[in-house]
Amino acid sequence: MPSPAIETESLAKEYPHGFLHLKKKTSLEGLTMQVQEGEVFGLLGPNGAGKSTTIKLLMGIIFPTAGSARMLDKPVSDVSMHREIGYLPEQPYFYDYLTAAEVLDYFARFHGYSGAERGERVERMLKKVGLETAGKIQLRKYSKGMLQRVGLAQAILHDPKLVILDEPMSGLDPVGRREVRDIILELKNAGKTILFSTHILSDAEVLCDRVGVIAGGKLRGVGAPGAIVGMKTVGMEILFELAEGKAMAGKFLATASKSGGGYRLSVAEKELYEALDELSEAGAKIIAVTQIKPTLEDFFMELVGKERAQAAAVEVSGK
Amino acid sequence: MSRVLTVARNTFREAVRDRVLYNLVFFALLMMAAAVIVGQISMDIETVVMISLGLSAISLIGLLIAVFTGVGLVSKEIDKRTLHAVLARPLQRWEFLLGKFTGLVMTLAVNTAAMAAGLFLALLVVKHSLVRGDSVVLVAVFLILLKLMLVVALAMLFSCFTSPLLAILFTGGIYVAGLFVSELRSLQVTNLTPQMQKFFAVISYILPNFGNYDVMGAAAHGRGIAGRLVIYNTLYTLLYCAIVLGAASVIFSRKDLK
Repeated sequence: MPSPAIETESLAKEYPHGFLHLKKKTSLEGLTMQVQEGEVFGLLGPNGAGKSTTIKLLMGIIFPTAGSARMLDKPVSDVSMHREIGYLPEQPYFYDYLTAAEVLDYFARFHGYSGAERGERVERMLKKVGLETAGKIQLRKYSKGMLQRVGLAQAILHDPKLVILDEPMSGLDPVGRREVRDIILELKNAGKTILFSTHILSDAEVLCDRVGVIAGGKLRGVGAPGAIVGMKTVGMEILFELAEGKAMAGKFLATASKSGGGYRLSVAEKELYEALDELSEAGAKIIAVTQIKPTLEDFFMELVGKERAQAAAVEVSGK
Repeated sequence: MSRVLTVARNTFREAVRDRVLYNLVFFALLMMAAAVIVGQISMDIETVVMISLGLSAISLIGLLIAVFTGVGLVSKEIDKRTLHAVLARPLQRWEFLLGKFTGLVMTLAVNTAAMAAGLFLALLVVKHSLVRGDSVVLVAVFLILLKLMLVVALAMLFSCFTSPLLAILFTGGIYVAGLFVSELRSLQVTNLTPQMQKFFAVISYILPNFGNYDVMGAAAHGRGIAGRLVIYNTLYTLLYCAIVLGAASVIFSRKDLK
């Protein structure tokens, strides 16, 4: 079995704070996870959950208090492995006195490309992220979304095996987000391993093979976006039509809402047949009956809700 | 080495685009004004005044750039987080530091060379000719550049573990203290306790001896500067810079970035 592209073992990070740095704030606690080669893995979590801390630890920007991490079969302290890794920092900021083309050329130099090859790669990347006409403008004149595109371009400039993106959709308009999604899918199809953090759940649901949910510095669950929230049905949805003038009376009919040309009714799974009987008696035409499954968002909100309630309890108790 | 040069080249480009070299305009104006005023004095001291003024200006302007830009070399990259994408390359942190140092030294070398050319031009205006003995000014300029290298290394070291403001104060403080190393050593002959004598002796050898680089008097009066002094100062600077940058690398390599 091939070794994972990313592997962390009880990874933890504490920051000293307070007077004389005597207090410790835990930012990440005992993170053990694996990202397999060729997979798109999403790190989900609210702001301050520990997503960026995890990524910074992997990229050697900060150092762990405990535990270890390996990428592409090498410890993260070995920067030679960065030849095979592309990284987009959160809210990327580059030298604003340079143009996009110059920034990309600067980064390409670290990979030892010849002048001609650098020129070709820079041009190709600018085109890929939709900046081919803005490549000669200094970055100080760029919008946040444009900087994000430059960030993405520099991350994939050297055709890395593993791409780590910290909030890649941040600051982008819907068109930009769609383009970034397409680039991620393109990278996936090219067999790259991708780890990205986000708090936009729809992106994770669309793009990820697996997600890991982090909250309060701890990993709360890992799995396929569908599996992580469980396969349990939380209810049933009935779409039906009812002739005009018919009374919307009854235990279930009274709760139905208008939807397009028909009506929509949500009921508990155990009440399905009772509701169908009532609709049938009322002369309704059943269009569809579907299971309601929890979304990643529901799972996420439940988790964050618990976390906040816990934090509030700690704050109230003063512990 | 190519990675170090890549960082150095970009640091030089940054200095140029941030208009660091605009100080040359100020220097040119100063030299022009001095040439006009000194020309009026005409008491056979024009050359001495011009050289003293020129070398002082080269030293002061260079020091201001070395301290303020030197402190910002690393701290600015950390604050603006431009470092994150750079360190995601196959680049060691010490290579980054060395590249930044080299880039600023390149900038200072170009700046100092341009100011030296301006000084010679002003001398030509005042004296109407240059003689071979004037080349001693070039040696003085070279020693100023060595001094600036050491100041940059110190500024980088302090900026690796403290705030930019404190780093500026520490660098300035060490520079001023370093000008008085000889005086500190001569304290040993006064009535001090043996412990204090030892303390001052140790301090005087730890502090960079910036007094060694001051040959302005000799240059202004056309006295020769011993080749041995130049060689010793060059070796001293290289060794001191290596130690200071080594310490900076150790600190920076363990530093958590924002």
